[in-house]
Amino acid sequence: MSAFWGAWVTVITLAVILGCAWLLLVTRRSEPHKEATEETLGHAFDGIEEFDNPLPGWWLNMFIATIIFGLVYLTLYPGLGNFKGVLGWTSTNQWEEEMAHAEEVYKPIFAKYATMSIEDLQAQPEGLKMGQRMFANNCSLCHGATGAGAHGFPNLTDSDWLYGGAPATIQQTIANGRQGAMPPWGAVLGEEGVRDVTNYVLSLSASNHDADAAARGEQQFQALCTACHGADGKGVQALGAPNLTDDIWLYGSTFEKVSHTIRTGRNGVMPAHKDLLSDDKIQLITAYVYSLSNK
Amino acid sequence: MNQIPVKDVTPKSNKGDERYDLYAKREHIYVKFYKGFFKNLRTISGFIMLAMFYGFSWIQWDGHQAILFDLPSRQFNIFGLTFWPQDFMLLSWLLIILAFVLFFVTVFAGRLWCGYACPQFVWTWFFIWAERVAEGDRNQRMRLDKAPWSGKKLVKKATKHFLWIAIAAASAIAFVGYFTPIRELIPSVLSWDLGPWETWWIGFLTVATYANAGWLREQVCIYMCPYARFQSVMFDQDTLVISYDDTRGENRGKRKKNSDYKAEGLGDCIDCDNCVHVCPVGIDIRDGLQYECVACGACVDACDDIMDRMGYERGLVRYTTEHALEGGKTHILRPRLIGYFIAICAMFIAFSYTLYSRIPLEVDILRDRGQLYVEASNGMIENVYTLKLANKSQDDHRFSIQVTGIDGLTMSGASEVLIRAGELLDHPISLQADPRYLERPNYNIMFRVQALDDESILINEENRFIGPVSH
Repeated sequence: MSAFWGAWVTVITLAVILGCAWLLLVTRRSEPHKEATEETLGHAFDGIEEFDNPLPGWWLNMFIATIIFGLVYLTLYPGLGNFKGVLGWTSTNQWEEEMAHAEEVYKPIFAKYATMSIEDLQAQPEGLKMGQRMFANNCSLCHGATGAGAHGFPNLTDSDWLYGGAPATIQQTIANGRQGAMPPWGAVLGEEGVRDVTNYVLSLSASNHDADAAARGEQQFQALCTACHGADGKGVQALGAPNLTDDIWLYGSTFEKVSHTIRTGRNGVMPAHKDLLSDDKIQLITAYVYSLSNK
Repeated sequence: MNQIPVKDVTPKSNKGDERYDLYAKREHIYVKFYKGFFKNLRTISGFIMLAMFYGFSWIQWDGHQAILFDLPSRQFNIFGLTFWPQDFMLLSWLLIILAFVLFFVTVFAGRLWCGYACPQFVWTWFFIWAERVAEGDRNQRMRLDKAPWSGKKLVKKATKHFLWIAIAAASAIAFVGYFTPIRELIPSVLSWDLGPWETWWIGFLTVATYANAGWLREQVCIYMCPYARFQSVMFDQDTLVISYDDTRGENRGKRKKNSDYKAEGLGDCIDCDNCVHVCPVGIDIRDGLQYECVACGACVDACDDIMDRMGYERGLVRYTTEHALEGGKTHILRPRLIGYFIAICAMFIAFSYTLYSRIPLEVDILRDRGQLYVEASNGMIENVYTLKLANKSQDDHRFSIQVTGIDGLTMSGASEVLIRAGELLDHPISLQADPRYLERPNYNIMFRVQALDDESILINEENRFIGPVSH
């Protein structure tokens, strides 16, 4: 807020509060109406008369108490324009306090599991349940509630791993994230080349393909693709390059989809979670993910 | 009918030129001690209320506190039943039924609730009793308040406030005992080892009870209570109200006992003001029915006592109806009353049935976000769901999960789960269907969740299975 608007808010707020106090005190005593009787105040409108039923005195005191409360509140907490309040309260530091408190409460629960290995955690149903809940909150939007994945998001329940399924590897994937970059080859191969290589790639998993085109594509595949996918197309886990000989497809198995992958490339991103989740939490999520394919 | 002379107790309104205050100064009410039939009734009802309030939290059921509202885990135990926030509808209906019972009683007998059952009033009488124990009866209290401060006065006042605070603290602890198990609460109160929330609530409720029953009292009934404001709408001419029989009482006046007062033109009222002195809201019943009146019957008892002493007939101030006062007949059975009664019965039967047939299991099924369906590597069409299963009973159960609706539908994920008592389980499953069998892009499917050891715990929940648009 600029200084002007800050002052604007301050002046109006205080004016209203003090105006209420003034109104309260000015109207407290009044001249009796000339037609006032023992019972009525002498006002009449359409035959409706105002009876003399005064409010109780503590009502007035309560009103004054609310005015005092309001002023005290505005002194302690932010509210008057740019004035921050003498307590220095902000919603951010309240949130931080609450998080610190939650940390204090839940740390011992996580600490119990922090020292166990991922394999040992498989025998801890409560720990796995915690992992499952955190998976539901943090991972299931992409990987699905069951971890079965979706188009462009790997299935975590089978035993096929892009980067390897060892506990330490899974933990690293969650903590540091992954960049699955498949470069675009359309410009290099040309439209013909893309078609040939696609047919060759489909032939690796014995899918429907044109044998002649596949034979032509093999040469280009060997020249361009084996650096990552290996000479036999079985993929390289160190690079996260998928195995092309099985029928598990991250971006679809149809001719159109595979050729699209080759032509324009793909850019899969697994975000790093080490800044979002504590190590103890990543440990439990790892254990849960590991349990999905290691029943 | 001649005008009843009234004594004006409102603050002097400003005749002449002095300015006057918009707010009334509170007149302190000194309630006089009295005895009588209606007082005994209220003593009994008050004792029952207090005994229930202080005692119900001590009842055990199946090894846990019978009535315990466990806020942190959001489970509300009432004897053998455990209610969850999802059962809030039941509470709403219960409150609606209770409201109707209140209307019914009010139509029939006026403000019975206020006079005999309202906590505000039960505690007020409790505090008045403590006041009398410490300071004596009405006249002594008035004298004490007027007297200058002395050691004796200090002792009496201190005793009174000590008693008040003690009662208030006991009430606060009893109340918190419905939210924190009382058998653990009492020792921790005694050893001064309370959690922050318990400390805050016991402190707050002690102060609130002390202020309310000690200082505010009738002000709550007169100025704050909404029921007091809308009860007049339920009154009719056949409603029981406490009323002064002015045809019999007027003209009021002092007289000697056994004098022939009728010859002097006097009625039965001897103008002793006893009915005013015992009134906890400080009104004069002889002015007719007033909204402040909480129908406690104190004036009835006080007046009957005087009538007995004078040798007159009882009932100068009595429970009666407007019709009866005018010399007519009271019609107890009237459409309004019968209507309320039928409504209460219908709602009560429906409520009981709902409670009886309630299944202690909650099933919510959420389709996975982000994808309508997934094509699995084996060519199957896969839909993912998260089942939220809440076991609302007080025992652990194993549940089986079955799905029907499409030929050859298979489920991956455990089809049997153990859910502990009071646990809410998120159970993700995925369903796979063969695309050859899918003729339509979507199907209604039925999830059937059933406890293995108790066939009555069964819920069928419908959801959808979505597949590709057929080509």
